Amino acid sequence: MAALKRFQHKTAGNLPLAPPAQSASKLAPLSPIKASASLNGVSNGSSSHMAKFHNIPENLMTKCAGCGALLVTKDWERDLKVCARCGYHARLGARERIALLSDENSFAEWDAELSPRDPLHFPDYENKRTIAQLKTGLKDSCVTCAAQLEGRDVAIGATDFGFMGGSMGSVLGEKITRLIERGTAERRPVIVVTSTGGARMHEGLLSLMQMAKTSAAIARHRAAGVPYFCVLSDPSTAGVQASFASLGDFLIAEPGALIGFTGARVIEQNLRIKLPKDFQSAEFQMEHGQIDLIVPRVKLKETIGQLLSLLLD
Amino acid sequence: MLSRWLPLEGPLVELEEQIDELKRLAAQERIDVSDKVARLEGRKRKVMEEVFSNLTPWDRVQMARHPKRPYTLEFVNALCSEWIEVHGDRAFGDDGAMVCGFARFRGRAVAIVGNQKGRDTKDRLARNHGMVSPEGYRKAGRVMELAARFHRPILSFIDTPGAACSPDAEERGISEAIAASQMLMSGLPVPIIVVITGEGCSGGAIATAYGDRVLMLEHAYYSVIAPESGASIIYRDSGKAAQMAENLKITAEDAQRFGIIEEIVPEPLGGAHRDMAVMSKTLGDTLTRHLDALTQLAPADLLEQRYARFRCLGEWNEPDAGH
Repeated sequence: MAALKRFQHKTAGNLPLAPPAQSASKLAPLSPIKASASLNGVSNGSSSHMAKFHNIPENLMTKCAGCGALLVTKDWERDLKVCARCGYHARLGARERIALLSDENSFAEWDAELSPRDPLHFPDYENKRTIAQLKTGLKDSCVTCAAQLEGRDVAIGATDFGFMGGSMGSVLGEKITRLIERGTAERRPVIVVTSTGGARMHEGLLSLMQMAKTSAAIARHRAAGVPYFCVLSDPSTAGVQASFASLGDFLIAEPGALIGFTGARVIEQNLRIKLPKDFQSAEFQMEHGQIDLIVPRVKLKETIGQLLSLLLD
Repeated sequence: MLSRWLPLEGPLVELEEQIDELKRLAAQERIDVSDKVARLEGRKRKVMEEVFSNLTPWDRVQMARHPKRPYTLEFVNALCSEWIEVHGDRAFGDDGAMVCGFARFRGRAVAIVGNQKGRDTKDRLARNHGMVSPEGYRKAGRVMELAARFHRPILSFIDTPGAACSPDAEERGISEAIAASQMLMSGLPVPIIVVITGEGCSGGAIATAYGDRVLMLEHAYYSVIAPESGASIIYRDSGKAAQMAENLKITAEDAQRFGIIEEIVPEPLGGAHRDMAVMSKTLGDTLTRHLDALTQLAPADLLEQRYARFRCLGEWNEPDAGH
């Protein structure tokens, strides 16, 4: 319980992340986080106006970004930020992702000290990075770790959309590559959860090279016969989708997640066409044979555990 | 007329026209103007040296997209004999934006994959402006895998403004095709030399740019995103592409500075399109030198070095490791 309290204290949003059926004591302990304002942002932004108006505490209610329903924040968080009304899966931060997939007391972060540079001296990059760091408490857009999933040693990586759109620069590419290489060496199945807009243009070609670097690491991981799973959450696009996020032994998507290479708006503008509303949704991608399965958040850990068992036990 | 040339080439095109006109009139009137022609030629050379030693990154983009820029098939014709193109991915179709085949390069049998743009409107459409579709990458993958089975080195030519941008490409898995192509190339036990001849743009380029050596022609560019697209994302104004080209560090010199390419292949003064014979000689010599070196390596060493080559790319801070 101490771990849970620390987690609640550090994440201002007070969200328990165990699936509803599980007891709170099953929560994974997390290393200290400075602030998790990205979590707050979700609930704050939509409820503060109402809170002020009715003179009720802020964050009490959260508006679903999918259907607009007003949800009791506590319930919504208990439901893993999935709307009880419409099933909309709100975005999770990287640490929340890892808490969701790992067993209690099993989390040990890797390469937490890696931080970005500004090799191109790209205008405003330094400011944007600093703001993102303060906002998320992360040094860059992903967290990688050793953990256990239903008692099995695994390696988990997650990108954080709150950090510059979860974009891939040198740090993300290096951390994911190390995650995979270490997973290969220690024969840990690797699970990567993506939520990203693609390569980070502020690091130019160095970002593009991370696509090649991560893809090559997966080739070796495959050859060693160790599983590698991708969990595609909203959104998973562009340079990341065209590298390590497409190379999983299983591609598992969350319901409604946007998955694709080129953004719909860019395609519409270039070709002067109108695309269907569900274009590039997880359901659309499954219909077109591009992903293996769609799994609701509450079933994610269990399904991954089952798949690992079916491959390995 | 001018649309066949770039604005930056304006002064020298004007001089060239004057020289041609002078020669034509002299021939007509049977007078000797050789000293005048020589003087104009001298001036033209000076103008060219001035123009081409001061190209901005955005000028480079224009050069890489020059309507007269040689494309992959022209390089193949200039460099190789016995070229036989093969077609299709065996699953969906044949993509004209990716040409694949086998040829003999200075006596060596090689496999070639390359992005291909069209020269006229009809051809440009047929080849989708060099924007490769999933079936194009899968065709290239099929041919490269075949090459590896028969120990043929692979030459990959890059000249693409990006991968295909369409609902069809998305539905057929353009992301997976790009990812799988990089993964495949990382493990093929034959030498792979990549040459960025024109546009090396984003995921569409890196898809087939994983090799033992990556070379860049002097006026090619290599970028994570098209400058126009970058400008419309960051500045919300695609008109600021020149500024974005500057920010993104896309020239061959930049790529070499970051360790992303091994070598810049110099172009004849004024660009590859002005003297294809010189261009193909320079490129051919460079390719031979690298192939000679790479064929010395045992396959396991080749693969280890190729992995290490990409493995070390990137810049970050790390307190203890001191990277």
